[in-house]
Amino acid sequence: MNRETAVAAGATRTNRRIRVSAALLAGAALLMLSVLALAVGKYPVSLADLANVLGHRLLGLPARVPAPVETVVMQVRLPRVVAALVIGGALSAAGATYQGLFRNPLVSPDILGVSAGAGLGAVLGIYLGLPVAPIQALAFLGGLGAVAIVYGVGLAVRRHDPVLTLVLAGVAVGAVLGAGISLLKVLADPYNQLPAITFWLLGSLSSVTLGDVGAVLPMMLLGLAPLVLLRWRMNLMSLGDEEARALGVETRILRPVLIAGATLVTAAAVSMTGVIGWIGLIVPHIARLLVGPDYRRLLPASLTLGAFYLLAVDLIARTAGTIEVPLGILTALVGAPFFLWLLAAGRGRVG
Amino acid sequence: MLLRVEDVAYGYGERIVGSGVSFDLAAGEVLCLLGPNGGGKTTLFKTMLGLLPARAGRIRLDGSDVSRLSRSGIARAMAAVPQAHAAYFPFTVREMVVMGRASRLGPFAAPGHADFSSAERALATLGIGHLAGAVYTEISGGERQLVLIARALAGEPRLLVMDEPTASLDFGNQARVLGQIRRLARAGIAVLFSTHDPGHALLCADRVIALHDGRLAACGPAAETVTPALLRQIYGVDVVVAAVPGIAAPICAPVID
Repeated sequence: MNRETAVAAGATRTNRRIRVSAALLAGAALLMLSVLALAVGKYPVSLADLANVLGHRLLGLPARVPAPVETVVMQVRLPRVVAALVIGGALSAAGATYQGLFRNPLVSPDILGVSAGAGLGAVLGIYLGLPVAPIQALAFLGGLGAVAIVYGVGLAVRRHDPVLTLVLAGVAVGAVLGAGISLLKVLADPYNQLPAITFWLLGSLSSVTLGDVGAVLPMMLLGLAPLVLLRWRMNLMSLGDEEARALGVETRILRPVLIAGATLVTAAAVSMTGVIGWIGLIVPHIARLLVGPDYRRLLPASLTLGAFYLLAVDLIARTAGTIEVPLGILTALVGAPFFLWLLAAGRGRVG
Repeated sequence: MLLRVEDVAYGYGERIVGSGVSFDLAAGEVLCLLGPNGGGKTTLFKTMLGLLPARAGRIRLDGSDVSRLSRSGIARAMAAVPQAHAAYFPFTVREMVVMGRASRLGPFAAPGHADFSSAERALATLGIGHLAGAVYTEISGGERQLVLIARALAGEPRLLVMDEPTASLDFGNQARVLGQIRRLARAGIAVLFSTHDPGHALLCADRVIALHDGRLAACGPAAETVTPALLRQIYGVDVVVAAVPGIAAPICAPVID
């Protein structure tokens, strides 16, 4: 081994040590925020009571706290905390993936019309007066259907640049679906349905149950698996179709696989909680500022940071005011100024 | 023969840009492609690399038809060096160069220690080892071109295809890249490059092919092929090609009235 590679190997070892401690730190922060989120709220729960409830439920220890405390922790707060972690991480990972695939840092998970499709599905469900489960199913299918249409149009048009074609098709299909949502809003009953529609389109975790989380979790994991496993290859995808192919990547297989994964994740998330905007756009940026653009680190960082961010925002949403603020409003209200501050104060390398 | 192009026609979609192109390339040989703007040099390269389908004829890499090889199979033998460009994300030079290892890794694999060593070696070969930690989007155009050559070398190919490697470089960097091409050839790598400067062909190529009106106008050893007559034919200007004492290759300059 010559001197240069020895130096490089030493640097790699030091980097790895830094990376491991950063990962441990991030994990600890996530855990602490989760505990805080379980304890804080309209009905404060002490840490001792919280420990007892969790010990009782998870380890079978004898219960020593009153039943209402257990209900608050297990039925109200735990589902929200789990959902915030899962959805925040999922939307951010999907956003990071789309930004790489479309070589554009301004892209968010709904670039191919997932949110518009899911929105139309859910709004249709609300308009028809369906119960919650069919509304969620309609939203999920709407999201997948919208992306399938966009991808089909992209294949049929066969222009020179496949990526640009997809983006343009996404914009056009999104506009049609948006028109459909607007039409249903006009037709909807303004006293019951319209507020429900508006609330859904701004996203909320307030009515999430552990059953909901359990139902979408398999789809989330199925969608996340290719993103995590193929994350180094996303670096190559971000160089553009032709360059990636010249370097030996089968982009005609890899691109649909990654789009399908990111779409599945986003559709599952949106169907459970409604459209939570901004997070999939902003979190990958913050992650990129912290760990650089290499997806080997960027994707895990986006997952963790997204989980942390949505948990924190949801905590603010349910404790800050007397009424609960929809998440879509808060993610933008908290995220955008923070993002601008990072842009001005950070290293200035965004894309 | 490492690369054999047999009576190939090339173009985008329905439009045929050129046809009847045949040539071959052996290990350790430097072949230069000359041709006017819009003459189809880049399209021909993309067709050779299998990025565009050949409209007619056959491209053989080590005897195998390129259209039947996988992307990674092609990339392992033949690496492309694009013109220096701006990346969209601020990768470090090391991260950029190690991407040249993609064709040698399984689909789910990430580069390991051996791959990073290959990347460092490629950087050292080009004399830019000190740039490994720099950010690709923040270095100069000349350095980017060298980084892209290093990325191609990291995959340990036997053939390099370089599309106008000197196009956006200053005088000094042009000379450095041309010198690098000669060194790679001495190490047994075959190089095919295109250029707008016939002088570069005379300086550094063993053989020259010239495209004119979608046909091969010439093909042969550099010193015999780059003549005022050929340059007049493909560029439409009068050119003087003259030997100068003290310089191995003749120099070449347009006549301006």
